[in-house]
Amino acid sequence: MSTATQTYQPPAAQAPAHDTWAGLLRAEWTKIRSVRSTVWSLVAFVVVAIGFSLILSLVLNNDWNTTGGAGAHTQLHNDPTSVIYGAGFGLGQLALCVLGVIVITSEYTTGAIRSSLLAVPRRLPMLAAKVIVFAVLELIVGAITVFVVFFMFTSILHDHIVITLGQPGVLRATLGGILYLIVLGLFAMAVGGLIRHTAGAIATVIGLVIVVPPLVSLIPGTIANHIHGYLPTVAGQLIGQTSQQPADVLSPWQGFGVFCVWTVVLFAASAVLLVRRDA
Amino acid sequence: MPWLRSTDALAPVHRSADFAAPGLNLLALLRVCGHSGGVNVPPGLIEVRELTKRFNDKVAVNRLSFNVEPGRVTGFLGPNGAGKSTTMRLICGLDRASGGSATIGGTAYQDLKRPLLTVGALLEARALHPGRSAHNHLLYLAQTQGLPARRADEVVDLVGLHEVRNKRVGGFSLGMTQRLGIAAAMLGNPKVLLLDEPGNGLDPEGIRWVRTFVRQLASEGRTVFISSHLMSEMSVTADHLIVIGRGQLIADCATGEFIQRSSERSVLVRTTDPARLRDLITNEGGEVKDDDGPDDTATAGDVPAFVVTGLPAPRIGELAASAQIVLHELTPQLPSLEEAFMELTAGSVEYGDSTHGPGVQATPAERSMS
Repeated sequence: MSTATQTYQPPAAQAPAHDTWAGLLRAEWTKIRSVRSTVWSLVAFVVVAIGFSLILSLVLNNDWNTTGGAGAHTQLHNDPTSVIYGAGFGLGQLALCVLGVIVITSEYTTGAIRSSLLAVPRRLPMLAAKVIVFAVLELIVGAITVFVVFFMFTSILHDHIVITLGQPGVLRATLGGILYLIVLGLFAMAVGGLIRHTAGAIATVIGLVIVVPPLVSLIPGTIANHIHGYLPTVAGQLIGQTSQQPADVLSPWQGFGVFCVWTVVLFAASAVLLVRRDA
Repeated sequence: MPWLRSTDALAPVHRSADFAAPGLNLLALLRVCGHSGGVNVPPGLIEVRELTKRFNDKVAVNRLSFNVEPGRVTGFLGPNGAGKSTTMRLICGLDRASGGSATIGGTAYQDLKRPLLTVGALLEARALHPGRSAHNHLLYLAQTQGLPARRADEVVDLVGLHEVRNKRVGGFSLGMTQRLGIAAAMLGNPKVLLLDEPGNGLDPEGIRWVRTFVRQLASEGRTVFISSHLMSEMSVTADHLIVIGRGQLIADCATGEFIQRSSERSVLVRTTDPARLRDLITNEGGEVKDDDGPDDTATAGDVPAFVVTGLPAPRIGELAASAQIVLHELTPQLPSLEEAFMELTAGSVEYGDSTHGPGVQATPAERSMS
């Protein structure tokens, strides 16, 4: 084959060493955009989040003056953002969990991790670049989705109730919702890095996000109540509330802090194992 | 046996003499843009010292020491499970060594700033995401090294995958995947190539392509370290061989030497009067054993055959002539690389470390154990 007889020219225009970080970020962006699972997960997230919010807002608007509206009215007055974001993001967040996990586990299950680590043998820079790229992607997609949901919801219910970003706690809860989604994806990624198997990691994350909290809340007593309040997503979701509710153990920012601590600890463990384990 | 080097006799000094090989111009160029660590270490020299890897109780690589020199193709041979792949993974830092070291041009792989510019490795064909296109696989690897995107196009053309570069690699045959792996290894135009069974899944044409390819790379002054279980392929591809068994060094020598010396020269003799000739040969210091070859040769023409070691064929002929013994056959046996290999590794595969294969002295590995 004639291709074998080509002579190899050293690749010209080698980037200077300080460009390494830019290169790593570019590489992680190429990785994440070049597989279908990314697109599908994000589409699922956006469609579910906006779709369910749309349905809820239409139903509320329709039934405003009829059946059992009172409860919803009260909550919309006291804590509008929990209603607005609860419907769509409660389910849509699972797509981000899945994406966060497979961003890292797919490298292991496919063997691509070996190519990646040959290129970045120190390993941690690769993980850091992955975190940054995924966080930025989540920021963009999360911010767009959250604001679309907010303005869609409030404009549909505009005839009945006025909710604006200027009201106390609403802007914080809205931006907090975006932050929550970012950290949630990273939380899932950290678990993925620990477990390294897609199915196991997704089951673990989903279990922690939607199965464990209601189970713990069934246990009576204040200790169980505190445990429940410190669970990662239970604490994290407080940031999306307009104001602290009587039953909440933590304030919105405290809750978000607890969620961040969970994520950082899991990432630290994940990073240690990444460096120590054979790839 | 000089070609069976004991592990403690590896002197980096005499290695650099071999380095004055053709293709030095390119090497000099590579040296300028590379990241060579040590002052006197040739940039493409792989040095493995006392390398050890334990998986739980099992020792996969046991105090392995050898050098891989630039400017030639070095074959890495060993039976399945001998530790070849593990050794290569240790050199590239994918596995963490339990002991010892491996360096490239004096620098550990993990300490290379942009490793793909120094070392290109094909360790496992399926080290890629099946949902990603060939182009994107190469592109992201290029980006990690700060290489321009067109480098991905150049190497994909190099291995003949231009037409399928935008196809998802999940649909590639094993042969195409191997080519993509070689393209990835060539991304940084490295001076060191590590290829683990590159012929796997390739058709004969592909195997020939790999052979031509690696021979050319070596002639350009690069270091080519290539593992294979195809001994016949190595005999035409490799200039030098490193043979391991059970994670220990068995031989480190030129390919020709390996074939020549690993088997004691033997001669197949067929005569009508075996008893007398056997006596004559034994008196001359030769050793005789019955032919254990295929049945059809042993019984051909109802004349029994036996194998002589320790005496050359002409001397046996003279002995027969002087005693007026009729010879039907007198054939020097040329061992193939395959046979040489089997003979050398027999001890490490079938028996314990203390058992020697036929005609082989204590291996360096064994000696280093005692």
